[in-house]
Amino acid sequence: MAVTGLIMIAFLLMHMYGNLKLFLGPEAFDHYAHWLKGATEDGGILYPVLPAGWFIWIFRFVLVLSVILHIWSAASLVLATRARQGDKYVTRKTKAQTYSARTMRWGGVIIAVFLVFHLIQFTIIPGSFGGNADEPHTMVVAGFEQWWMVALYAVAMVLVVMHVRHGFWSAFTTLGGNTSSRAASVLNGLAWIVAVVLYVGFMIMPLAVLFGVI
Amino acid sequence: MKLKLRIWRQAGPEAAGRMVEYDLDGVSEDMSFLEMLDLLNENLTNRNEEPVAFDHDCREGICGMCGVVINGVAHGAPEGVRTTTCQLHMRSFADGATIDIEPWRAGAFPVLKDLAVDRGAFDRIIQAGGFISSNTGSAPDAHSTPAPKREADLAFDNATCIGCGACVAACPNSSAMLFTAAKITHLAMLPQGQPERYARVKSMVAAHDEEGFGNCTNIGECAAVCPKGIPLESISQLNRDLIGSLFKADGK
Ligand code: HEM
Ligand code: SF4
Ligand code: FES
Repeated sequence: MAVTGLIMIAFLLMHMYGNLKLFLGPEAFDHYAHWLKGATEDGGILYPVLPAGWFIWIFRFVLVLSVILHIWSAASLVLATRARQGDKYVTRKTKAQTYSARTMRWGGVIIAVFLVFHLIQFTIIPGSFGGNADEPHTMVVAGFEQWWMVALYAVAMVLVVMHVRHGFWSAFTTLGGNTSSRAASVLNGLAWIVAVVLYVGFMIMPLAVLFGVI
Repeated sequence: MKLKLRIWRQAGPEAAGRMVEYDLDGVSEDMSFLEMLDLLNENLTNRNEEPVAFDHDCREGICGMCGVVINGVAHGAPEGVRTTTCQLHMRSFADGATIDIEPWRAGAFPVLKDLAVDRGAFDRIIQAGGFISSNTGSAPDAHSTPAPKREADLAFDNATCIGCGACVAACPNSSAMLFTAAKITHLAMLPQGQPERYARVKSMVAAHDEEGFGNCTNIGECAAVCPKGIPLESISQLNRDLIGSLFKADGK
């Protein structure tokens, strides 16, 4: 759970950084997208360590494996816990639980649904919401010229960063990193920073498209 | 003080329970919460009704027997206060207040009657490794095994866990990780705990799961209600030892 979650957080940070390439112009963005797939002149990322085009498949394999293992451990964790919970309290007051922690389960499921939609839009049936895969930036622009698409992403990203906020802290604690009350504040602080950076970093590009800056 | 109490009444382990309302007059604010329940039970007995069953022993916050969920909070301490139910005083409540009283609720803590639950699962976790093996005989010199100050302090802080079970009661997952972690940290910090350190963490965590406690998701409700202030960090210590034990042959 913790390890696969952290792999996905690292991926999200990289993904967000990559998306910002659109601010350098459509060519820079398209070049980067093709480079990741080994479809550029120079053989793309990690060529010649790996044959051209291999990297993307290895990367996808690791991510899909992470998602599957993450969902599998989440499901087994939740089912085991459900079976062991006591009856509900008639009156119950929480003292420490954050909203993010409380929404990990349903939030995670909604994120999974959003992930499927997102992958259909840009990877599985590229251009299903406009644009074409040969020039990836056209898919982005066509998508985010739609105000409702930006709104959908804005809401979904709130869920993602909330999940990441509790997940980041929780993963490091699970791995033994919560060594003192100071460490707890540092981890929670970092979790907030990562969440805010992800939100701003991901949303600034669609907003720029919507308002015609790009 | 005059109070309206809503108390969970359940005749036995298999019986269905429900909240029952009682009006109680003549409560002094100097009474402890348990003395207030004593007063109620006296009234019930005089009226020929079944008194409310609740657990208690030392009534001075050290045995861990008492413990009920008061207005949704395990042990019912007001904000910023750490206390057991027996050390909670009625001055923490307003005159005329309505107070909800429920037993600990967790799959591994079955209700025996009313507010009394069976916390035997904790004993079995301790039996699985919450001890050190040492030869009996003449006592060794106190200073023959030096214990570093920082570790000794940590061990002592964690040794203050009284096994009350509030952590489990408050946990949305009904996990007993804080209790188990307190025991693990207590023994892992001391020289005497080293020989069995990694076998201990494996068997205690296995016993914890076996007893039917839930999984920890680092929410922190446990540490917020712990009357002894066992910190959430102890769970990370348990996790470090557990991860370390994966690379050791000790234990199962
Ligand atoms: C694909 C859909 C997803 C589902 C169904 C899902 C579900 C869950 C669930 C149920 C938990 C346990 C929550 C708890 O503490 O009670 C969890 C934890 C976590 N999730 Fe996700 N999640 C998903 C996607 C993601 C993504 C995209 C990331 C990374 C950006 C992520 C990162 C994490 C992390 C780091 C944890 C904490 C692990 C730990 O407690 O050690 N999750 N997830
Ligand atoms: S950790 Fe705290 S709340 Fe849990 S059993 Fe020990 S003293 Fe009680
Ligand atoms: S009765 Fe002993 S701790 Fe409350």
